[in-house]
Amino acid sequence: MICHETRRLLDAYVDNEIDLRGSLEVEEHLAHCPGCSADEKSLRELQASARANLTRYSMPPELEARLRDLVRPGEPAASPPSVPARATPPVRRAWRWAALAPAAAAAALLIVAGPRLWPQPSEASVADAVVAAHVRSLLANHLTDVASSDQHTVKPWFQGKLDYSVSVTDWAAEGFPLVGGRLDYVENTPAASLVYKRAQHVVNLFVWPSKRGGDEPLQRLSRRGYNAYWWAKDGMHYWAVSDLNEAELQKFVELARRQR
Amino acid sequence: MPDRVVSFEQLVLPHLPAGYNLARWLLRNDHDAEDVMQEAVVRAFRFFDGFSGTNPRAWLLTVVRNSAYTFLQQNRARELGTEFDEELHTEAVSNGRTSDTPEVLLLRSAQQRFLNEAVEALPVEFREVFVLREMEGLSYKEIADLARIPIGTVMSRLSRARRQLQAAVARREQAGSTS
Repeated sequence: MICHETRRLLDAYVDNEIDLRGSLEVEEHLAHCPGCSADEKSLRELQASARANLTRYSMPPELEARLRDLVRPGEPAASPPSVPARATPPVRRAWRWAALAPAAAAAALLIVAGPRLWPQPSEASVADAVVAAHVRSLLANHLTDVASSDQHTVKPWFQGKLDYSVSVTDWAAEGFPLVGGRLDYVENTPAASLVYKRAQHVVNLFVWPSKRGGDEPLQRLSRRGYNAYWWAKDGMHYWAVSDLNEAELQKFVELARRQR
Repeated sequence: MPDRVVSFEQLVLPHLPAGYNLARWLLRNDHDAEDVMQEAVVRAFRFFDGFSGTNPRAWLLTVVRNSAYTFLQQNRARELGTEFDEELHTEAVSNGRTSDTPEVLLLRSAQQRFLNEAVEALPVEFREVFVLREMEGLSYKEIADLARIPIGTVMSRLSRARRQLQAAVARREQAGSTS
């Protein structure tokens, strides 16, 4: 093989895009030709440098929220942190488990393929779950597990049932008396629900530890006639749900955020 | 929730970051990249029923790429179909651009900045092939399908883009050693 031919194939060679025979011929030529071999080295350096140095532009979070909103208008855009969890297709990950014993592999497939059938909780699905929990608490005559307006009764009640601590404050003076606490499940995690009243309206404040950690800014949505605010602080998720109007619920949220 | 929305969200939306990166490289500014992404997602969602392939990432990148070209045709047609003008593009590379803010300049190392600018100075058809290969790791075949060009053209564009960048690197090293 001559230099001219080798250089024509060199890109495909470093990209592993030529067949075995071509590849062997290029290799043989490179072994004897310092010029072509220097060219190969420089190509590989460029490739490594491009991979290491080219800027991977990251999408502004507001843009991502807007784009997701195009698909689901009127609902809160799932926040960007839910994306990395989805980015790896679960099915592909399942291959790594294939080497396990068949029974274990079958079990692993079930688990790993799970998220594909039941999507990773996005903010939207969490919203559905939280609003559903709120509605259930009103319907099933199961508003509270511990009925007490005393924060010193409600807080210790949770302590035996959750592996995290929840701060409980009664805001009767501010017009949101505490009526009790309840245990719920959100995102497959036990969640504390603190129950407050405002006249005839019930406010559920759901609290559970965030899997992602960190803080998230206050966001709002309405779903099925209910208003909800949510935020994350110090690794905990907070969701306040009620049929109260937005302004009154916001007052409650301000109290809750100030205290925590 | 309609199944269509759910499967679009699961299959296509995870690749938005890759789509944005491509749009940003093709358009070279944030603002236009955002407009194009918006257009691309609308298109992708509209034509999602026609997607039957196994590679949603390549599919989304194709839609983003087409939207970017439509945008360029409408707004910056002179950037398209540029023949590789060694002198012109060489000059653009050596002059560097000065539009970056001081903060941005500080953040990036000289090496990074240099290579970014050199790639940005390539004509869009060459830049596209280079970015898809080196940043997205697409195969020649995937790039050919995406850009609707023969594999031979992928190879020649990639090769010319690399030669150009190698020359820029060599000039820079030379300038560095003599100054």
